[in-house]
Amino acid sequence: MKIHEYQGKQIFAKYGIPVPKGVVAFTAEEAQKAAEQLLAETKAPVVVVKAQIHAGGRGKGGGVKVVKDGPSAVKDVAGKLLGMQLVTHQTGPEGQQVRRLYIEQGLDIARELYLGMVVDRETRRIALMASTEGGVEIEKVAEETPEKILTKYIDPVIGLGAYQARELAFGLRITDGSPDPKKTLKQFVSIVTRLCELFEKEDCSLCEVNPLIVTKQGDVVALDSKINFDDNAADRHPGWAELRDVDEEDPVELEAKAAGLSYVSLDGDIGCLVNGAGLAMSTMDIIQHYGGQPANFLDVGGGATKEQVTRAFKMILSSPKVKGIFVNIFGGIMKCDVIAEGVIAATKELGLKVPLVVRLEGTNVEQGKALLQNSGLAIQPADTMADGAQKIVAAIRG
Amino acid sequence: MAILVGKDTRVVVQGITGSAGKFHAAQCIAYGTQIVAGCTPGRGGETFSAPGPGDKPVNVPVFDTVTEAVKQTGATVSCIFVPALGAADAILEAADAGCDLVVCITEGIPVMDMIRTRRALAGRKTRLIGPNCPGIITPGACKIGIMPGHIHKVGKIGVVSRSGTLTYEAVGQLTALGLGQSTCIGIGGDPVGGLDFVDVLSLFNDDPDTYAVMMMGEIGGNAEERAADYIKTRMKKPVAGFIAGTTAPPGKRMGHAGAIISGGKGTAADKIAALEAAGVKVAPTPSEMGVTLKSML
Repeated sequence: MKIHEYQGKQIFAKYGIPVPKGVVAFTAEEAQKAAEQLLAETKAPVVVVKAQIHAGGRGKGGGVKVVKDGPSAVKDVAGKLLGMQLVTHQTGPEGQQVRRLYIEQGLDIARELYLGMVVDRETRRIALMASTEGGVEIEKVAEETPEKILTKYIDPVIGLGAYQARELAFGLRITDGSPDPKKTLKQFVSIVTRLCELFEKEDCSLCEVNPLIVTKQGDVVALDSKINFDDNAADRHPGWAELRDVDEEDPVELEAKAAGLSYVSLDGDIGCLVNGAGLAMSTMDIIQHYGGQPANFLDVGGGATKEQVTRAFKMILSSPKVKGIFVNIFGGIMKCDVIAEGVIAATKELGLKVPLVVRLEGTNVEQGKALLQNSGLAIQPADTMADGAQKIVAAIRG
Repeated sequence: MAILVGKDTRVVVQGITGSAGKFHAAQCIAYGTQIVAGCTPGRGGETFSAPGPGDKPVNVPVFDTVTEAVKQTGATVSCIFVPALGAADAILEAADAGCDLVVCITEGIPVMDMIRTRRALAGRKTRLIGPNCPGIITPGACKIGIMPGHIHKVGKIGVVSRSGTLTYEAVGQLTALGLGQSTCIGIGGDPVGGLDFVDVLSLFNDDPDTYAVMMMGEIGGNAEERAADYIKTRMKKPVAGFIAGTTAPPGKRMGHAGAIISGGKGTAADKIAALEAAGVKVAPTPSEMGVTLKSML
């Protein structure tokens, strides 16, 4: 689960990580008011207006504006940003609509650094990465100049060692140019230590500060925040529900999640219903191998009920882009007759206007096949994955 | 022979009174697995009954703790069906009780729990399979997990995979070609888990009853690349492979918590290239896994 920058900064503040002063705004008027308040409080000459969407690269995409000319100028800028489709390298070409803004205090930036944390599978630990190349796409840095990324692995028993924090600080030459090197070093060590604590306690799957800045006064401040939570831990974090912004999420994927299904929208026209993630991915692969394009990834899971299958099948049927459907089931826990019943129930309700190919294998396969055959529905049976993929591709082309 | 489990393996099922635990413990018993104990805190003293092979009734005592179950029944392997937020604790309980092998079926365990659990298992004898996996089966002898037993056949092919149903698909193809399996292991689809490809490949390498290995990987992480390194330098037996997710778009999580291409890393193309460079024959489509392996014998 993703959250907005301003929400991430509220969590940062809770852990004592310094962030600029800021106010969230949903309208241009609120933005103006926020600017008035910030300018009065900080005595700074500028405020920054930042579009809040769940994607990175907002600055480059034109979603972050530094405003010098006071609150009414902020209102104008906010009016233009709100409602626009912001396109960044992470949103895809259609972009994401801006519905919230964060109005933030301007700071005198001396240096921009990068901090990021992820789960590293190889070491089975949290990896803390730091780089002097802040404020830019870290993917690019990783590709072009990997030596500029310093990485520390955190022992879950001990947490981040103070020495590791110091090694990063000296590796980044954090004190360079600071009027008060001692203060800067101390603040940096404190920030990375608290960030590691936050990552663990809040069950993050990703946490980035890009950029982490050093001001001309030598203070270290988190100028941005990006936090993703580990969905598996949602049950022990009741507070996450309020942080969720459903406007930022794909409505079909949300519906799937509510039904306990794993669904990802894709660009093609062949709807897929499969059990198991590996088989679902392989089904997408084999459809493309035979010249088709999958409209979705849909894993109904190992032990789906008839109701879940019905709901999943309805989601596919109701998608206007779907020109054909391929059901590929290898029943283990999942029984083939349950799948068949779900498919029949959904088609009876919504009607079947597109070709449907069904491949069943495994537990109760004979009962499942018999149910489909006796249903009177125009279903093409397939014996193997390859057979099914070829049949559905041929059917939508024909 | 086969690896890790056989007909004499004695198993305790943690969470045997829950709906998943009940159903699958019964399935394992029907397959002939020696389920000798169950564990559900607060339900100690109860008996779990299910028909074994030939419909002979099997009665399994339920204990409050795994330590007690191990002490009373001599179980050496645990199979876990405990709900996600309690599963990491269940793994540690089994390890502390002295189990040699823990098979964790549970899906949806927070990754932070698994990071701590892996750290806690370091230096112990306990091996972990999973979580979020179908389990392990030595056909004709011992099934610990949720895979459909009837698609398997006794034989000489080792099977290892990150995915459940894709494993069934491969096993189904092998069996249809007359190629039985020595042992099949689903190592699970989570970013942090127990045995990885290299661990399982090295067990198959040393097993005189395994003649060849079929491995199925998927996008995300670099476990397949590390497996390729191992195969190149150490593997004495033919390996056929398949990688799921050739057409998956970057940045989208494909069902498994581990299956995501991020920052241009973990693509199927990279993995296929690494495996082929190590001498692995990679099936061009998931329908050709069995025939690809057969062509190497």
